[in-house]
Amino acid sequence: MSRPEPSAAAGPDAGAADTPFRLPVGSGPDAPVFAEPWQAQAFALAVALHQRGVFTWSEWAAELSRQVARPNAAQDGSDYYQHWLAAIEALLSQKGVTGSEMIDAVSHAWQRAAHATPHGQPILLENDPERA
Amino acid sequence: MTHDHPDHDHHHDNELDPFAARVKALETILVEKGLIDPAAIDAIVDTYEHKVGPRNGARVVAKAWSDPEFAEWLKRDATAAIASLGYMGRQGEHMQAVFNTEDTHNLVVCTLCSCYPWTVLGVPPVWYKAPPYRSQAVINPRGVLAEFGLILPEDTRIRVWDSTAELRYMVVPTRPVETEGLGEDELARLVTRDAMIGTGLPLMPGSREPGAVWPPEAGNGAAS
Repeated sequence: MSRPEPSAAAGPDAGAADTPFRLPVGSGPDAPVFAEPWQAQAFALAVALHQRGVFTWSEWAAELSRQVARPNAAQDGSDYYQHWLAAIEALLSQKGVTGSEMIDAVSHAWQRAAHATPHGQPILLENDPERA
Repeated sequence: MTHDHPDHDHHHDNELDPFAARVKALETILVEKGLIDPAAIDAIVDTYEHKVGPRNGARVVAKAWSDPEFAEWLKRDATAAIASLGYMGRQGEHMQAVFNTEDTHNLVVCTLCSCYPWTVLGVPPVWYKAPPYRSQAVINPRGVLAEFGLILPEDTRIRVWDSTAELRYMVVPTRPVETEGLGEDELARLVTRDAMIGTGLPLMPGSREPGAVWPPEAGNGAAS
């Protein structure tokens, strides 16, 4: 299957078609696959939610494709796991599991908890000063 | 940046990056709903960071080079042949192995997102997921290969395979010359991740230098 040029609707965003491919610095075969721990955790969340049957893998690939095709996507792929995370949130919302308001609220609680936790100690949600 | 600040005793709070906080929030919500188990998340991370990777695919290729019956099976039904070595897809995807020949070179891409044969290659490298690779691999495959230092003869045909959620490809490169006496373990060491994506060639025996120059500025490539 030698694929013809992707159509504008199906392919990566139009801008990418003009951007020559450049191998990023430090991208040798031994480069770490996750730049930060949250990326690995986000990766695992999608795998676990699929295993749990929350969504099918086709639904996942379709949603991730929508996210990475956004016109403001970074050309170096550095925001890939941000799109990955957005795809999880979108599917959870579509499936009625949880919505962005809830995720915003809990994520702010985590940030307050982190701020209230002295350096070197584990961050626990219980440390959120606004926790009821 | 250092964490030692001997000159002042400024109190450092922990800061959570907004994305890290969102992932933690999702975990909290999903654990409360009973949809995920934190230990399972840790196990998945461990698997994909440490256990699943291109070494799996290298074993598949080395076996195909050494065992013609396995190579035939891999050509006919890659999903089953690969599963026979213990590597199973978790997303129910099918695998297809595309074999390089003297006149055809294969290159794998996912134009839509980042579908990739995780069970044999691990998690894809950053460039595989970046928009320029996803578009240029189709439009200008020779230009992309040149960026990897891989210059193919003009008359070599390049076939580009576009992965999907249901069907993922791996390239089986041609066996390097002068490897007749090598066993499967030694052969597997010659098979790089990029050789199985199609952006590289296998290493030559006795060297960590690939047939095509990779990495371009290889410094400490001690022979193994």
